[in-house]
Amino acid sequence: MSWEVRNATSGGVGMMLPPDPADDYSTEPATREIAGNILGEPESWRLPEMSRRAFLRGVVCSGVVIASSGFLFSSSQAQANPRHSEKLITLNINGKAHRLDVAPNETLAHTIRYKLGLTGTKVGCNRAECGACTVIVDGQTEYSCSTLTMRVQNKQIRTIEGIASASGGLHPVQQGFIDELGPQCGFCTPGQVMSAVALLEKNPNPTVDEVRYALSGNLCRCGAYDHYLKGVMRAVGRA
Amino acid sequence: MTDMMHAFELIQPQTLDEASDLLKKHKEDAWVIAGGKDSLDWFKDRVKRPEIVLDIAQIKELHGISDQGDHIAIGAMTTLTEIAESALIKEAFPALASAASRIASPQIRNVGTIGGNICQDTRCSYYRDGFPCYRAGGNTCYANTPTAMNREHTLFEAKRCVAVTPSDAAPVLSVLDAEMVIARGGKVRSVKAAEFFVGPEIDIERMTAVERDKGDLLVQIKIPKTWAGSKQYFEKAADRQAWDFALVNVAMAAKVASDGTIEKLQIACGAVQCTPRRLSNVEDLVVGEKPSDDLGVLIERVASQGAKPLNYNHFKIPLMGKLARRAVGSLSA
Ligand SMILES: Cc1cc2nc3c(=O)[nH]c(=O)nc-3n(C[C@H](O)[C@H](O)[C@H](O)COP(=O)(O)OP(=O)(O)OC[C@H]3O[C@@H](n4cnc5c(N)ncnc54)[C@H](O)[C@@H]3O)c2cc1C
Ligand code: SF4
Ligand code: FES
Ligand code: FES
Repeated sequence: MSWEVRNATSGGVGMMLPPDPADDYSTEPATREIAGNILGEPESWRLPEMSRRAFLRGVVCSGVVIASSGFLFSSSQAQANPRHSEKLITLNINGKAHRLDVAPNETLAHTIRYKLGLTGTKVGCNRAECGACTVIVDGQTEYSCSTLTMRVQNKQIRTIEGIASASGGLHPVQQGFIDELGPQCGFCTPGQVMSAVALLEKNPNPTVDEVRYALSGNLCRCGAYDHYLKGVMRAVGRA
Repeated sequence: MTDMMHAFELIQPQTLDEASDLLKKHKEDAWVIAGGKDSLDWFKDRVKRPEIVLDIAQIKELHGISDQGDHIAIGAMTTLTEIAESALIKEAFPALASAASRIASPQIRNVGTIGGNICQDTRCSYYRDGFPCYRAGGNTCYANTPTAMNREHTLFEAKRCVAVTPSDAAPVLSVLDAEMVIARGGKVRSVKAAEFFVGPEIDIERMTAVERDKGDLLVQIKIPKTWAGSKQYFEKAADRQAWDFALVNVAMAAKVASDGTIEKLQIACGAVQCTPRRLSNVEDLVVGEKPSDDLGVLIERVASQGAKPLNYNHFKIPLMGKLARRAVGSLSA
């Protein structure tokens, strides 16, 4: 019983601790639980019955949950070694300078999604094999999941949030994708847009093969490749 | 994500001397990061956990392609996209430009470097997944057992380890007689392609002459103009057109007389051996001949002579033959 209570209070997936055998020897008569139910007590009111040990463990467990999600989303990482810890740097993203603390082992995808809240950039594989995280760095496409943020300090970074005009007008590539029904689930779309935009900035009048080659680092699990291809051709007025 | 990589210190030296000193001091505790496309995977898999990561991107001497009279020099930090798009390389060594353009994907080529490409470790998935195999200092090869998945593995020169060279640039550099310039503690040395790529018979724990535990840094690749402007060929057979490593690739450089006779020819395959494999049988066969269908049949027969396939890679034998035949066949066009 204390096992259930403990899970209820620690309240987290993956927080299951193996039951402590000592907890099974309740000091209270076993009938109390039944009595409690007869009185119509709601389940959650079983708390007072929980042993002190289980209660403490519950608190410790939920503490761990908070600490690790804090790490994930704000990365306030308490490091033993100061050389591993975060440093204040400036990142130029979509024409704006951001001052923020960045750890040496932090990827650009992590920084822009979880520290700057620019969640248009997606993380699919997190190992340079899908293209969902594509951003443009100094005019070239790059996988932000496989780039250390520290290494792009003096560069101009563009994310999907910086592609539409300030007034909200869509980029021709975005409009082309809509017109050709490019996105299905849409997860790969930001990356596809970035690759297409980078291509058109270098080569405003590409052939179909050049577009295909430029988008070849962006997987689409929905298989909408031809739609994206047509979308780009439409954007350059050749569809 | 941050939580997946171990904590490390990132050092960004500005000069070659600074980098050499750091490598001399920290030896294998330091890990050189160029484009980082390979390195970050190792870290994320938690197989390699170096204390110090040495970012060599800010060292100016390591960047760029230049004509040095009798050779073309390519800095180790030059990206694969720069090589694929360089007018100088396309003109002198089209096979190298072509190989660079077929590596991985556009985003990887934009950042991935030629130095990182030839220094990268084997892609054997057992090894990469952290199995304690021979190459990892252990006592067995997991890729060479009756049930192992070894479709990507070697046909030749297996000595305990059956891993292959993963680089698409390597066989090209090998037929072009390139030399790699390596710095160690303030001194530089030049190593020919034939000695740069290292098989398990020399050292089972590394694939190149770059020795991490001694603080080596690849500085430059020099390609002599011996083969500049010759007829060249590169082709890669892979499962997909992007991302996938070669199942077999072929690189060739040839000089052909005005009547079509092949005067000189060097040809090599990647992904069939731990190092790029020069096809000396084919080289001996075709010199003095003109490309023809009959010659093609013979090339297919000799190209993979001596191959010892594993359970799942027999298909590489005809693939090698066909690719070699197509390479030489390209000379008749
Ligand atoms: C998904 C994926 C697909 C790929 N497909 C292909 C492919 O089809 N064909 C192919 O050939 N390659 C392929 N690669 C490999 C890719 O080309 C390499 O990862 C890339 O070229 C390595 O370059 P980098 O600069 O990113 O290397 P890094 O990751 O920075 O370095 C790779 C290794 O080389 C060492 N190193 C780098 N530079 C130096 C130097 N100057 N001196 C000493 N040591 C150095 C590093 O310490 C590290 O061990 C693929 C990689 C990925 C991730
Ligand atoms: S092929 Fe080489 S790298 Fe792969 S498991 Fe065998 S010994 Fe290790
Ligand atoms: S998330 Fe970066 S390439 Fe897949
Ligand atoms: S639209 Fe779903 S992955 Fe491309």
